[in-house]
Amino acid sequence: MTTTVKLTVNGGEVEVPQGSTVLQACEAAGVEIPRFCYHERLSIAGLCRMCLVEMERAPKPIASCAMPAGDGMVIRTDTAAVKAAREGVMEIQLINHPLDCPICDQGGECDLQDQSLGYGRGYSRFTDEKRAVAEQYMGPLIQTFMNRCIHCTRCVRFAAEIAGVEDLGVIGRGENARITTLGRPLDSELSGCLVDVCPVGALTSAPYSFAARPWELSHTESIDVTDGVASNIRIDSRAREVLRVLPRVHEDINEEWIHDKARHSIDGLRLQRLDRPYLRGANGRLEEVSWNDALRTLAEKLTAAAPSRVGAIAGDLADCESLYALRALLRGRGVTNLDCRQEGGARLPLVAQVFNAGIAGIEDADAVLLVGTNPRDEGALVNARLRKRFLRGDFRIASLGAEADLTYAVEHLGDSPQTLESLADGSHSFAEVLRGAERAMVMVGASVLARTDGAALMHLLCRLCETTGVAGKGQDWNGFCVLQKSASRVGGLMLDFLPGDGGMNSVEMLAASERGEMDLIWLLGADEIPMEKLGETFVVYQGHHGEAGAARADLVLPSAAWPEKDGIYVNTEGRVQLARRAIFPPGEAREDWKIARALSDKTGETLPFNSLRELRARMFADVPALSELDSPLREKWRPFGEAGTAGDLPLGHSVSDFYRTDVISRLSRTMRECSEARRRARAGVETATEAAAA
Amino acid sequence: MSESASTWSPVVEKDFAFTDEMRARADAAVKRYPPERKQSAVLWLLWLAQEQNGGWLSTAAIHHVAGFLGMAPIRVHEVARFYTMFRLKSKGAYCVQVCRTTSCWIRGADKITRACLDAAGTTELGEVSADGAVSVEEVECLGACCDAPMLQINDKEYRERLTPERAAEIVRELRQHAKDGK
Ligand code: SF4
Ligand code: FES
Ligand code: FES
Repeated sequence: MTTTVKLTVNGGEVEVPQGSTVLQACEAAGVEIPRFCYHERLSIAGLCRMCLVEMERAPKPIASCAMPAGDGMVIRTDTAAVKAAREGVMEIQLINHPLDCPICDQGGECDLQDQSLGYGRGYSRFTDEKRAVAEQYMGPLIQTFMNRCIHCTRCVRFAAEIAGVEDLGVIGRGENARITTLGRPLDSELSGCLVDVCPVGALTSAPYSFAARPWELSHTESIDVTDGVASNIRIDSRAREVLRVLPRVHEDINEEWIHDKARHSIDGLRLQRLDRPYLRGANGRLEEVSWNDALRTLAEKLTAAAPSRVGAIAGDLADCESLYALRALLRGRGVTNLDCRQEGGARLPLVAQVFNAGIAGIEDADAVLLVGTNPRDEGALVNARLRKRFLRGDFRIASLGAEADLTYAVEHLGDSPQTLESLADGSHSFAEVLRGAERAMVMVGASVLARTDGAALMHLLCRLCETTGVAGKGQDWNGFCVLQKSASRVGGLMLDFLPGDGGMNSVEMLAASERGEMDLIWLLGADEIPMEKLGETFVVYQGHHGEAGAARADLVLPSAAWPEKDGIYVNTEGRVQLARRAIFPPGEAREDWKIARALSDKTGETLPFNSLRELRARMFADVPALSELDSPLREKWRPFGEAGTAGDLPLGHSVSDFYRTDVISRLSRTMRECSEARRRARAGVETATEAAAA
Repeated sequence: MSESASTWSPVVEKDFAFTDEMRARADAAVKRYPPERKQSAVLWLLWLAQEQNGGWLSTAAIHHVAGFLGMAPIRVHEVARFYTMFRLKSKGAYCVQVCRTTSCWIRGADKITRACLDAAGTTELGEVSADGAVSVEEVECLGACCDAPMLQINDKEYRERLTPERAAEIVRELRQHAKDGK
């Protein structure tokens, strides 16, 4: 039971939970309190004094962010003394601040600027020289202007608390205090968030440097598709370009953070775009063709081929509408060789392939077993949530799989799949921990599902869950969680973009291709398959970037990338969300569903929808769960997997380079730099600035 | 201590590890705190490291302390760079610390500092004299206000009731001592 306290703010009474601060109480009363160092998701520092308020019987104004609200307190924020205090603090904050707003990227969205306008005096009495502070190297994503730093230490607290990398600190004292990394780039996939937490223009986004002013940008609320977590984002664009991506708050997914790939892989959008259809000519080269010719050629090939010799593989960025339209077209022709899993894998019920407990559910868990996953690389925000839970204490977490630094202490159980057997039969000591926990969680990486012995491992995991109470029939808590790494996966599963009766999965399709038993393979943005296995098959690549798939293709159908179309995606929790169009696709590229629809005209089996709206209406009728926005799936527990023996291949991870996992991020220069910086830092190579700082 | 005036060169940073004796002292310091709070011993350990390292803390020494207490190196750098009793640059064989707080200042601490710097032949605070013998620093009140102005030598010895002449003489003596290898 939470108790509350009652206090008076500016004459009005307000009731807040015990443990709130005076600042929070003021907010609850609808009174704005200016602040610099206070951030609701970070520990309290009480450094800047901008939040001063008057408290009855206190001799001096108090820092409201650091003062616990107490019963019967009388707080005033509208007195002359508070006004004077704020003006004084503001004046001191600005003493060493360069006041270079006209050349500062933070201009227009700067707390210091806004609060100076709102609470400052409007003039300065400071005539002495200002200090100058050298820039810091914080990795490829952050451009520092340390003269502007007001020493709020939000960045230091963010790095130490949320990101879990103790690389940032304050050294020196008084006027000589400065923020430093000692030259080491921040080894965190959340480093871009430093720019968001910095209330001034000291830490700015390097890739977005001097690109635009905030008031020139159009904002589009969308979601990130670079992993299976689908963080909520805002796309800021101007004309035909996406200029930056910022987080949007979603308490159950990403809170208010996003990872660096979501934020900074966007420069890849401009590079190597497929902007018109291409057909491989007699000379073996791809040649430009018109849409009409491209579709006619494809229709001919499709109608000539036996359905059993036709297949389609969908990649990791496909939205539900594209999958639905392509599936409708091909299933209509009797094609059963469909797969939305580029790496193939066993057939499993949905409950065995989603994050059943929900990402926010991690906070309720008291013991977690990671199996074949590195959540830091495969779902950085899931990892941030695990760290958050870890910091609260009373938490056991173990990992079975390749060892990795996850930013918190993990018990490592080795990487042998056989260990799953001893866990499942209860003889392993961690099985005991899971059984003893009130809410235990087993988090499984996508790498496990893709293994050839995947069905057997899943069977063991299923038994483990049932015997230890992680999940089971008729139980409220379902702690079995699969961390899918691709944005398209759960949507594809729900839409049954999977092998039909007698159909082949992707691995089988490729094997058949190699043997020359396929006539046509349609790659819907699939670039991560071994292209050499496609043999002599006629390959259609529908996608937006010229990489592995387009290079192998015989016919290229240019389509819109994710910020260029409206689309539904389902995240690893089975949560349905909308990605919205921010800009238009380049050249002749078209939205994916329209391509399938246009082709259906040519093959003579016209698909029954003429607009996205009509398509969605049909899709929702077929799969009603897709129409329920923002509510995670709550699948009933049922046994899964097939009894078998676990292989010898050690359990690994499904992502080898966090920064480069899809066509866009692989082509992004920024991501390449980040990946390189991380590689160097982890190999212990000193940067030039680091050597200088030492 | 420097061997002879002519061969003196700035100290090149070497690997650092506590000697057995220092390690025993460090372990004793750590034991004063509950095991989960052993980081509380950081100031004392830095002090020991500074003593072993000849009066200043190298990066290697700071990192050694960090490893000893299981702290992130940056957290120890923060401490080492906050407190003025830790020196981050090599110092002369004798470190002369002139008190500059109120009592001493009223009694002419500025002139004492000036005289010391001149006698050492240096211009900046913290700068090491050419023979490597002396570096002059300013510090806050050392608790000998009744005998102001005063200075301290190598964190231990006090010289009180100074005049600029007396201060200069002390520095000259120290340089001579260093030269004689004392
Ligand atoms: S860099 Fe920004 S966030 Fe960090 S202390 Fe300075 S003002 Fe605060
Ligand atoms: S916001 Fe309260 S002291 Fe900074
Ligand atoms: S003021 Fe110099 S010793 Fe106290």
